[in-house]
Amino acid sequence: MTTKSRNLSLSERGLSRFEAMMWVFTRLSALAMYALVLFAIIGALVMGARTEMNFADLMRWGFMPNNTHVQSTNVPDLAPWATPFWRLAASALLLVAVAHGVHGLVVIADDYISSMRGRLTSRWLSIIFMLVMIGMGIYVIWTS
Amino acid sequence: MGLKRDVSLLTGLRYKGQGPMLTFILHRIGGLGMAIFVAVHILASFVGGDVGAFLNNVYENWLFQIFIFFCALFHAINGLRITILDLWPRLIEHQREAIWLEWAVFLPLFAIAAWVIVRTAM
Repeated sequence: MTTKSRNLSLSERGLSRFEAMMWVFTRLSALAMYALVLFAIIGALVMGARTEMNFADLMRWGFMPNNTHVQSTNVPDLAPWATPFWRLAASALLLVAVAHGVHGLVVIADDYISSMRGRLTSRWLSIIFMLVMIGMGIYVIWTS
Repeated sequence: MGLKRDVSLLTGLRYKGQGPMLTFILHRIGGLGMAIFVAVHILASFVGGDVGAFLNNVYENWLFQIFIFFCALFHAINGLRITILDLWPRLIEHQREAIWLEWAVFLPLFAIAAWVIVRTAM
C-alpha cells in the first residue's frame, strides 16, 4: 500500500491555500453540524418534546430548529421554540450547512469542468447561489 | 490538473473501485440530493403560497421521504467516517474495516426508518 500522497503538503497536492482551507472546513463543519443537530435535539427534549412530539418531528426540529417545524406537533405553546436563541442556533446551522453544501457542489463540478475559465465561472455562480440561499434562509428564520 | 478525467461513461462504469468507490458515489448522490432538496425547501418556505404548498406535498410523499432520508443518513454516517479518518490519517489503513462498520450502523437505522415511513404511508 502506497502512502505517498499523504506525505505531501496540501500545496504540493495542487491545492491552493484557499482550497486547502476549504478541505479542512468541510471536515470541521461536518463535526459542527453534528454538534448543532444534537444540541437542538437535546434542547427540544428539555422543552418537553419527549411527550409532545413524535420522533420524525423531533428530527425535523433537529435538522433545522425553526418554529415552523414544530407547528404540526402536539406542543401546546410555540413561544419557547421561537425565541431569538433558537433563531440564532438555526441561523448558525443554516450558515454552516450552506457553506458546506455549496463547496461540495463546487468540488463535484470540478470533476467535470477542467478549464480554468469554467472553474472560475462555477466559483462565481456558487458564491451568488450561496448568498441567495443564505439571504432567503435568514429571512424565513427571522420572520416565521 | 495532471489527471485525465474525461473518460467515457462506459470506462467509468467498468472501474472496479469496490467498497470505497461505492461509498464515494453514494456520498456524492446523497450530497447532491440534499443540496437540491434543501435549496428547493428554502425556496418553498420563502415564496410560500400555492407553490410552497405544492412543493411541500412533494416532500411529504413517502417515496421522496425514503430517498431523502437515505441521502441524509448515508451522507452523515459516511461523512463522519471520512472526517475521523482524515483527521487521524494513521487510521486510513483500516479504511475497509471502517466501511464495514459504517454499513453495520447505516443498514439497521435505515431499515427501521424506511419501515416506519412505509407503515405510516399505508
